[in-house]
Amino acid sequence: MLMDLKDAIAQHVEDGQTLALEGFTHLIPFAAGHEIIRQGRRDLHLIRMTPDLIYDQMIGAGCARALTFSWGGNPGVGSLHRLRDAVEKGWPHPLELHEHSHAGLAAAYTAGASHLPFGMLRGYLGTDLAQVNPDIRSVACPYTGEAIATVPALHPDITILHAQKADRRGNVLLHGIVGAGKEAALAARKLLVTVEEVVEDLGAAPNAIILPHWVVTAISHVPWGAYPSYAQGYYERDNAFYLDWDDIARDRETFLAWLDLHVMHTGDQAAFLRSLARCAAEVP
Amino acid sequence: MTAPWTPDEMMTVAAARLLWDGCVCFVGIGLPSAAANLARQTHAPDLVLIYESGTLESRPSVLPLSIGDGELAATATSVIPLPEIFSYWLQSGRIDVGFLGAAQIDRFGNLNSTTIGDYHHPRTRLPGAGGAPEIAVHARRTFVVLKQTARTFVPKLDFCTSAGFLTGSGARATTGAPGLGPQVVITDLGVMKPAPDTEELELVSRFEGVTTDQVRSATGWDLRIAERLETVAPPTPDELRILRDLHARTRAAHARRVELPC
Repeated sequence: MLMDLKDAIAQHVEDGQTLALEGFTHLIPFAAGHEIIRQGRRDLHLIRMTPDLIYDQMIGAGCARALTFSWGGNPGVGSLHRLRDAVEKGWPHPLELHEHSHAGLAAAYTAGASHLPFGMLRGYLGTDLAQVNPDIRSVACPYTGEAIATVPALHPDITILHAQKADRRGNVLLHGIVGAGKEAALAARKLLVTVEEVVEDLGAAPNAIILPHWVVTAISHVPWGAYPSYAQGYYERDNAFYLDWDDIARDRETFLAWLDLHVMHTGDQAAFLRSLARCAAEVP
Repeated sequence: MTAPWTPDEMMTVAAARLLWDGCVCFVGIGLPSAAANLARQTHAPDLVLIYESGTLESRPSVLPLSIGDGELAATATSVIPLPEIFSYWLQSGRIDVGFLGAAQIDRFGNLNSTTIGDYHHPRTRLPGAGGAPEIAVHARRTFVVLKQTARTFVPKLDFCTSAGFLTGSGARATTGAPGLGPQVVITDLGVMKPAPDTEELELVSRFEGVTTDQVRSATGWDLRIAERLETVAPPTPDELRILRDLHARTRAAHARRVELPC
């Protein structure tokens, strides 16, 4: 159950799969995403409510064929330039979009976790989204006849989460902003988790969000595995990095140089962090 | 003479004044978040801020850069899973005010935050919908904030992300949308409200120093002007001081680098 992240990705993530790396602003599994880039996975169908920097990097690195999402920006900063380049110019590959609203994608994950064929919401009223995404349909309520919007259940081949803690049996605890992490985890065929800490006892309150060991496929101990996103109780979101990303990702060459230096030429998250720190120290 | 405040500050202050104490407000990042927190720190200390990341009643001391900054969770009464925010809180009708921004708005308050140009061959791919389409439908009312230019106030949206009054004259009501729709649009020039009959946006007040012609030329359609056009009172010294302090604290916090463990 507890294994090196490199081995977990090599064993479980295959070209062409549908992958959901969830975590809403908080607990984004950056280390796992970087390892997927290093191992050169291709043709992935990526799912995330908010693609964030991690999918910007994976898309720019050429890992993705399709993207299911509901909001694709750099929060508070602006565009995800690599995502835009793929959609607007087809670089490095054209990207097939399956676009939703947050409420729609949340319903799709919840339906997946519940093994229902579709999720329902009173949503998408008056929007053009249904015209560009044929997955957005409706059913008539059997009691009142009201039209209710539907979205097909999501079943990622693999969901990857980052969490605060796991115990030795493989129970995983996450807290703070949890997004749709639990739903994405229970909707998936396999669940990989990176954690800040492995402990003897989670010491969790009865209502805490725990993913029990029998739904977890593999756990990797990766301190700072969510950086530059954050893990509440461990380190903060590096907002300055998110601001910097705008310039790094704006242009293809700068992005590729960054990716080569900090991701491709580092073996793991610790080396990635050392590489960033070295670079920061060189800038006067 | 230049005004001792910027149009952005006036816009934020005007938006903040619309929020009342105790109101439950679903807040987006950026200007809505600045306005809501200004209101909370001035006339509406018990304003309830809900962020779509799942934080109920956040009381941030600096503005979040993202919708899910740790500050929002750490200062919240409760943090809940995201699907619950949209189902148990928004869809169930517990939100008084939804605050929305957009890249384009039309005369009926419909909003585009998806693409400029054709969806399949966009000139500019924007971030997309996020929570907006359902906020637009389920919040009891929405307030829209965006800068006013002929490129943002357009006769026809390139893409309709979130419904306002659709084609106007009661069209929204026939869809069964429970919320009242965009009740106020605040820009850097003034304030617009839907006309009671046609539901077309009408300029009801201007900011000090702004002319009606200026607003007209920043609108891509022939803008209706209310018969009784008012002037919005300029920011008070308190409003300006608190807003500027908030922005200064925010800038300092966002520039602070996280110290790496190596």
